[in-house]
Amino acid sequence: MRYAYYPGCSLHSTAEEYDISTRAVMKALGVELLELEDWSCCGATPAHSSDKFLGVALPMRNLFIAEETGLDVLAPCAACYNSLRHAQAAAEEGEGQEARRALEQILGREYRGDVQVLHPLELLGGDEMLEAVRQKVTRPLRGLKVATYYGCLLGRPAREVAFEDPERPVSMDRLMEAAGAEVVRWSYKTDCCGGSLAVARPDLVVELVAGIVRAALAAGAEAIVTACPLCQSNLDTRQAGAGERPVPVLYVTEALAWAMELPEASGLGRRHLVDPAPALAAVNSQRGMGEL
Amino acid sequence: MSTAVTLDFYRRVAGESSEPIARCYQCQKCSGGCPVSFAMDLRPHEVIRLVQLGRDEEVLKSQAIWICIGCKTCQARCPNDIDASRVMDGLRALARERGYRPGDERVAAFHEAFLRTVQGLGRAYELGTVALFKARTRDLFGDLTLGLEMFRRGKLKIRPSRIRRRAEIGRIFRLAKGKRP
Repeated sequence: MRYAYYPGCSLHSTAEEYDISTRAVMKALGVELLELEDWSCCGATPAHSSDKFLGVALPMRNLFIAEETGLDVLAPCAACYNSLRHAQAAAEEGEGQEARRALEQILGREYRGDVQVLHPLELLGGDEMLEAVRQKVTRPLRGLKVATYYGCLLGRPAREVAFEDPERPVSMDRLMEAAGAEVVRWSYKTDCCGGSLAVARPDLVVELVAGIVRAALAAGAEAIVTACPLCQSNLDTRQAGAGERPVPVLYVTEALAWAMELPEASGLGRRHLVDPAPALAAVNSQRGMGEL
Repeated sequence: MSTAVTLDFYRRVAGESSEPIARCYQCQKCSGGCPVSFAMDLRPHEVIRLVQLGRDEEVLKSQAIWICIGCKTCQARCPNDIDASRVMDGLRALARERGYRPGDERVAAFHEAFLRTVQGLGRAYELGTVALFKARTRDLFGDLTLGLEMFRRGKLKIRPSRIRRRAEIGRIFRLAKGKRP
């Protein structure tokens, strides 16, 4: 299995541990990733918030590059994934079509619209991959209670992105169960963390994050698992004082890499503000093995 | 003052956002689900109603259109399939076009700073974005401790990453700008 890989800007900076763990887990599962040559920023919230044309043209440049490879695209960042899918959906009319034509001129080739853009949860959440994950898990997260947090961008708008029920997703739950963890029930799975308001309005992000962290704690979670760099960053960096104790926030691929005992998993935890080591220690104590 | 409802503004916003704004019958599910409506001066259903009524100034000056994060909870729950967050996107563009001072200047400054780094480098650059944002908002010390913590953990890169074919990005931005009156 081969995919074109679109890491996006976050995975090269604030979310490097998501990049490292995604590559490691995919490699272990026999999925080959080829990073898109000269990929550019998808524009994220500021682009579509400011200008419809930019909101399509910036992500679409990467679809043109992907078409050259003939491979489908794997995009782990939920914001990138959402932007790329939006560009595909918008390519046929209005300003999206204008953006497409403009890019055809700039890049000197036609847009075919024939690549598929996937998120890792979509790829790993299928029955076959889940079985492959189960086979690879050598250090099950036994006894670890996790809250799976999907956020906004993986499920909304459903007509463009949702690969599962937008208000009740389960792919990450199934993956965490395959890794041996206990998934708690809570009602904040698809609530918003405040996303890109983190810099401009941290006051609002703190408030939203507090609600999410308290709900996770009330549900008995010892860790929160995410699949989005904005969610992870906001929950990890803006939760101080929200709950009676800090909750570590792991990328789903970090948790998988740890459960698969992949060498790349060691040291990733040091990149988090809330140290995941104590939560994993309970799992670890039965085995006396390394830390994340 | 004329009491006649002017349709110009409504038509412009409907066109800009491609959303079927006329369908809204004020069920308020958008505002009920909105995670940031508590911080808005106009709640999402009120924004939509004012657009229907052609009350452009109240909407374009509002802080609500800048606070909307685009989480699309409103879109998911609207019985009339209106994506209020896309309406907000269109309203921000209109507010800028008509020269209104952004209702939340910090959010506008962040968007601008982010896009400037992308325009120059082809990729987002956190430290550059934050530096531009702080210069614009004169907020020099906000989040300084957090920034240092993130830096210590290798989450903020000092050197920006840039793409080779930056000229293509430059052309995209010039075209986008050229389309605005």
